[in-house]
Amino acid sequence: MGLGSINWLKYSSPTTFYPLAGRMIPWLAGVTVILLLVGLYLSFFVAPSDYQQGEAYRIMFIHVPAAWMSMFIYLVMAVYAGLGQVMNTRLSSMMATALAPTGAMFTFLALWTGALWGKPMWGAYWVWDARLTSELILLFLYIGFMSLQAAIDDPRRASRAGALLALVGAINIPIIYFSVQWWNTLHQGASISFDQAPSMAATMLAAMLVMTLAFWTYTAAVVLARVRCEILERERHSDWVAKLLESES
Amino acid sequence: MNDFFSMGGYGFYIWGSYLVTAIFMMVELVLVMRRRRTLLQRLGRMLRSNVNRGQS
Repeated sequence: MGLGSINWLKYSSPTTFYPLAGRMIPWLAGVTVILLLVGLYLSFFVAPSDYQQGEAYRIMFIHVPAAWMSMFIYLVMAVYAGLGQVMNTRLSSMMATALAPTGAMFTFLALWTGALWGKPMWGAYWVWDARLTSELILLFLYIGFMSLQAAIDDPRRASRAGALLALVGAINIPIIYFSVQWWNTLHQGASISFDQAPSMAATMLAAMLVMTLAFWTYTAAVVLARVRCEILERERHSDWVAKLLESES
Repeated sequence: MNDFFSMGGYGFYIWGSYLVTAIFMMVELVLVMRRRRTLLQRLGRMLRSNVNRGQS
């Protein structure tokens, strides 16, 4: 049986996706714990001190993954929200809704850890710099998306309004990413770029990548758990939810 | 041990970053788990009251 014979679209139905997500969550949670332990060990006990920044640079091991996740989650959210409108798939819109709080959290954490890194290195918690300002706008976009959806009672209209905001706001992502090239900023350049060899020690790079993977599996686990709540809420009047509740109680 | 926590004088900034990150991630987990629990309770009550009224 080849891959082509599996009906992938089947999984875009909430009824089949709900149990599938439920089976994935424990695995993702277990992998997250292992990755976090390995990542923190590398971050604090293996990666050497930086010759310019001493120990302060160790904030990088959560700052960069949090900042990457903040942008990545937004793009995934915008794609799901867009798909939900174009393909008219309910699950896509629910995924977009479920991704937003975690994306907002990582955006806040990128700003927070950035402030605590900026103070000892630049002498200020905050500067109105292109990178920092565009990341702050990203936080407002997430908050706007969530408040807009919360303010509209009809789920279909809420999804539509949210999708519009998410797609228009996606323009901010390349602005954040390239801000350090387009403008003179205090923020340092990209930690890893596609056309250059990484400018840091291999163990530092390993720690950062493992922490990024840990944040990634954490996000997948939390968002799947949240989308399961979203599915139950929106489909509460359907027969399959009633059957599911009967079998669980 | 003290050396480890002082982080070459940057302890406040480093632990302030890691601690707040850990708290946020754990609180998010608790909130999602609690949302699921209260939702299942609410839906369970809804289902039972429908059964009692003979709508099911």
